[in-house]
Order: sequence, then structure tokens, then C-alpha cells
Amino acid sequence: MTKSELIEMIAARQSQLSSKDVELAVKTILEHMSSALSAGERIEIRGFGSFSLHYREPRRGRNPKTGDAVELTGKYVPHFKPGKELRERVNLGLQMGL
Amino acid sequence: MTALTKSEMAERLFEELGLNKREAKEIVELFFEEIRTSLENNEQVKLSGFGNFDLRDKSQRPGRNPKTGEEIPISARRVVTFRPGQKLKARVEEYAGTEQ
Repeated sequence: MTKSELIEMIAARQSQLSSKDVELAVKTILEHMSSALSAGERIEIRGFGSFSLHYREPRRGRNPKTGDAVELTGKYVPHFKPGKELRERVNLGLQMGL
Repeated sequence: MTALTKSEMAERLFEELGLNKREAKEIVELFFEEIRTSLENNEQVKLSGFGNFDLRDKSQRPGRNPKTGEEIPISARRVVTFRPGQKLKARVEEYAGTEQ
């Protein structure tokens, strides 16, 4: 499912808002989530999961083209931990042969 | 810093888009519910600019009860993994806050 398909699914399940409004809402939610993570803030959605940042230590890497060693600085990467309901429902999908 | 939750997301939809509070809450609920439903149906979710929720099937493997040391197999399961998109990764990399 892509972002535009998600927008269509949500629009089909509620009666008040146009697809255009739903599109704006979905984009606003995703921007809110991205900016929170970019500011080092966690996201916690019960039954869905939590997003946080994990730190990657500085390390010596290599330029894959030249083979030269390069110093890579420490950085943060986004991490997602699925919540209980999501884990159970996805696993149930497997049991039901989907 | 406190974590971002659904109620703050709904509040933002109310403030920025002028949705009424009930609509805003409903859209936030549907957003996460439709993603869960897709994943439940073994369908990957791709949100460009943010990231992809992928599914991986894991076969049964040997495990142990950490308390008793008793061997118990870990059953076959399907798990969700999140792969952040380039745009989100680039934005987060710039975060230079204190180590978590």
C-alpha cells in the first residue's frame, strides 16, 4: 500500500472529509512525526508501536569506489518497535495463511 | 522530552487544517488502523519521504526459557520491520542532541 492508497482507504471509511482534506491530513501527520523524530523526540502510539532514535558510534568506513578509508562521525538513525496489537495481528495473518 | 502521541497529532490537525476535534481524532485513528490492516493482510506499506513497513516471515528456531534453561522452540512468526526513507534518515542524522 502506498501513501496515495492509504489516503483513499481513509477517505472511503469516513463521510465528512474530501479526499483532498484527507490527503492534507495524512501529509500533516507524517510531517509531524518526521519533525518530532528530527528533534530527538520519541513517538508512542499504543497498539501500533513506538519510534525512537538509535545512536550509531563513529567508525572508520571505506569509499566503496576507491577503497580509501574515511572517518564516519556518530549519527542517529530512526528505529521502530512494533506494539503488542500490531505484532499479534500480523502474526495472526500468518496463521490464517495470508 | 515527552513523546509525541495521537492526541497531539489530532490537535495539530485541528490547529493547522481546521478539522473539528472529532474528525481530527478519527483521521489519526484511521491512519494507524489502515496501516495495521494492510500489514495484517501481509501487504507492505510504503510512505514516501517517511519510510517503508516491511514484513518478514521467520521460521521456527530453537530457544530457551531464560529462567529455567529449558529448551523450547520459538514458533514460526511474521514480523514487521521499518526501513526509514532517505529523506527521514537525512533529517534525523542532523540531530546532534545528547546521546540517548
